[in-house]
Amino acid sequence: MKLEVLGTGCAKCKALLENVKKAVETSGKEAEIVKVEDIPSIMKYGVMSTPALVKDGKVLFSGKLTTPEEIAGML
Amino acid sequence: MLKQFADYVTFSLIGLKPGSHGGEALDFFIYDTIKIFLLLTTIIFVVAIIRSSFPPERTKRILSHNREYVGNVMAALLGIVTPFCSCSAVPLFIGFVESGVPLGVTFSFLVSSPMVNEVALIMLWGMFGWKIALIYIGTGLLVAIVSGIVIGRLKMEKYVQDYVWEMQVGQQEIEELTFRDKLVYARGYTRDLLKKIWPYVVIGVGLGAFIHGYVPQDFLAKWAGRDNPFAVPIAVALGVPLYSNAAGVIPIVSALTQKGMAIGTVLAFMMAVTALSLPEAIILSNVLKRRLLLTFFGIVATAIVFVGYLFNIIL
Repeated sequence: MKLEVLGTGCAKCKALLENVKKAVETSGKEAEIVKVEDIPSIMKYGVMSTPALVKDGKVLFSGKLTTPEEIAGML
Repeated sequence: MLKQFADYVTFSLIGLKPGSHGGEALDFFIYDTIKIFLLLTTIIFVVAIIRSSFPPERTKRILSHNREYVGNVMAALLGIVTPFCSCSAVPLFIGFVESGVPLGVTFSFLVSSPMVNEVALIMLWGMFGWKIALIYIGTGLLVAIVSGIVIGRLKMEKYVQDYVWEMQVGQQEIEELTFRDKLVYARGYTRDLLKKIWPYVVIGVGLGAFIHGYVPQDFLAKWAGRDNPFAVPIAVALGVPLYSNAAGVIPIVSALTQKGMAIGTVLAFMMAVTALSLPEAIILSNVLKRRLLLTFFGIVATAIVFVGYLFNIIL
């Protein structure tokens, strides 16, 4: 699966990227993790508050920071 | 009850004399810190539950059906309940204007959202009482509505960066949260926010307590009193670099009020601290050309100065 962390570079966005990495590690699933920072790509998903997590082109959540456990539950 | 506790710790446990500078400062510090943290924890939690029902996507949808005037009022009100972080200002702005929310209405939201926020309100309520907190909400909304209407009337759409109009914006579904989800969200939100602001609160209340105990009465009356016509604009200018530190600034300002700073000046200063910020201006320059950015700041600053003068006259 492909996971995209959307965020313009705020502290929360970086924290979310770390949590996603941890979640993938602990769940043992295969995933490509990408950090998306450019505005047009973020807007393409209709996301208006960052950070947001996208799985295979579908927005899982936006505007909040979640724990690795919560993320693992969504994968 | 809190007062008794603070008195007990200061005068009985530590043994400072009532009426002494140190005793008064410490008593004030203990009382205010406990009071503020109790208020912050409960109210942020309640506000977070309300906020979880108003993701920006829903706010956008509501506003795109409204035109000028009604739209400006709605935008200012929704600004209170929609969670906003200046780091998301760009996607939020693009999402709004792309979905047909008028530019002036978008600005009403952008002014009200950071200005009428729960932390500023709790701090004002705790340090100044509920009347001042209500006046702050009312005038804050008014500043947001009027600034948005003026910007809308000026027809400045061409001063939005060109790429904004060409952008393809996707539709995001609004996720429906159960009450349990909302509680979980609110708990996380409260924890994160408290973690971020507690040092400012402690430092602010500490400095406020120091001023309360050590600075002579009427110390500021000459400079920041209502008779000095320059006090309001200077307060507004000082507020710009202090962005987002409402939590730390309000206790200090509260103590300064007791030393003679006029209340209109205080309100104007608070609004400048929350609504006008340099980092936000830099972020917004990604979507606004310089002329619109300066107009936006100029109009909001003027409205705030006006509020300051008004309350120095009537309060």
